[in-house]
Amino acid sequence: MVPFAGYSMPVQYPAGIMAEHLHTRAAAGLFDVSHMGQAELVGEGAAAALERLTPADVQGLKPGRQRYGVLLNEQGGIIDDFMFANMGDRLFLVVNASRKHVDLPLIESVLPSGVTLRPLPDRALLALQGPGAVAALATILPDLAALKFMGVWEGQGMIISRSGYTGEDGVEISVPAELAENFARTLLALPGVMPAGLGARDSLRLEAGLCLYGNDIDETTSPVEANLVWSIGKRRRMEWNFVGAETIRGQLDHGVSRLRVGIQPQGRQPARGHTVIQAGGLDIGEITSGGFGPSVNAPVAMGYVAREHAADGSPLELLVRGKGLSAHVAPLPFHPHRYAR
Amino acid sequence: MTDTKFSKDHEWVRLEGGIATIGITDHAQNALGDVVFVDLPEIGREVAVGEAIAVVESVKAASDVYAPLAGRVVEVNSALVDNPGLINSEPTAEGWFFRIEPNGPLPDDLMDENDYAAFVETL
Repeated sequence: MVPFAGYSMPVQYPAGIMAEHLHTRAAAGLFDVSHMGQAELVGEGAAAALERLTPADVQGLKPGRQRYGVLLNEQGGIIDDFMFANMGDRLFLVVNASRKHVDLPLIESVLPSGVTLRPLPDRALLALQGPGAVAALATILPDLAALKFMGVWEGQGMIISRSGYTGEDGVEISVPAELAENFARTLLALPGVMPAGLGARDSLRLEAGLCLYGNDIDETTSPVEANLVWSIGKRRRMEWNFVGAETIRGQLDHGVSRLRVGIQPQGRQPARGHTVIQAGGLDIGEITSGGFGPSVNAPVAMGYVAREHAADGSPLELLVRGKGLSAHVAPLPFHPHRYAR
Repeated sequence: MTDTKFSKDHEWVRLEGGIATIGITDHAQNALGDVVFVDLPEIGREVAVGEAIAVVESVKAASDVYAPLAGRVVEVNSALVDNPGLINSEPTAEGWFFRIEPNGPLPDDLMDENDYAAFVETL
């Protein structure tokens, strides 16, 4: 168990990170991610209000669907990345544990009268991830089998979205805290389901090329630099009416000086976060997440490099423990996404 | 049977025929988790007590391995390069790291098995 964002969290269960990771890719892993912040936004104009803070298309999201977005500061830096779902009568939000104390007051501050933000601290979040996840869950909740990637289902006090943070098919299940332990035990008893900890969650998301807030993105990185332009809605790129829009527009028009890329070190040695990246003997960036990818069976990393070194295949040198380690820019994800589209 | 000694850095030391074989303890490999890479010292390197001379990387993290005694590195376990998992499966046998020819008596703060077990209990 380790402290994480004020929570005591398991890095791994007895099987270990490697086994938990590989099992999630082969069958199903159950992650307790109850530390994530959950909230709902209720009232006429809720979507428009949220669009003040994010360049995502919130108003265009259909009922029963979920989407990824970033919250921006005045400089176009990322305050947080989050998921939002249209529940028909309200928006359901999931934000990062380490940022909920920032996000929720910020959202609150832009709400017009008639729109209310309700934090949901009494709800747990369980992620059941892997190619066997939905089939296993459908044995107790048959409706789930028909849910598509980024679809959302609500019933029996639960909100279930077909999404996750592993690159695999799977679901995230918001459940009242008092039911969570029982429900987790029910899920663990389903065929093929194994508990998985923070360690496997990190190696899975890294292989899937997904950002970890605080490592790969923060208030000093913009969604353009972070290669998250796809999260900016088309309509939003005509309206430019979100906080930080001026910076983002300038970056899209004129380019950015650095970009987030995948990095494949040669050989077996992992290069971890904060490793200096060089090219031609000059510092050109820094690794923001790095480790060993159990499914890739090789070290994998991502980080920011100067734009002229960001093309796939660009040779890089990583300064690992004082020694130069050869690497190159690699396309993300390292392991193909397998979503139920 | 020879005596195995243990360091507070969770290395074991086995002295046989004037050569010390060194690896990490079962407790250490368990704390590290699945080992994926080792960086071993150069043969012939003169090392001081407590000097970081090898690196072991697990899926979780990177850790230094320290020389528990002073001397010269005379052999490294090159089998670990292709099969670092030996450190998890056989930490005190086939998973050894390196051999050092000591240039003096063993440091007297090395522990015997019982003392090491008691030390681990205090962590």
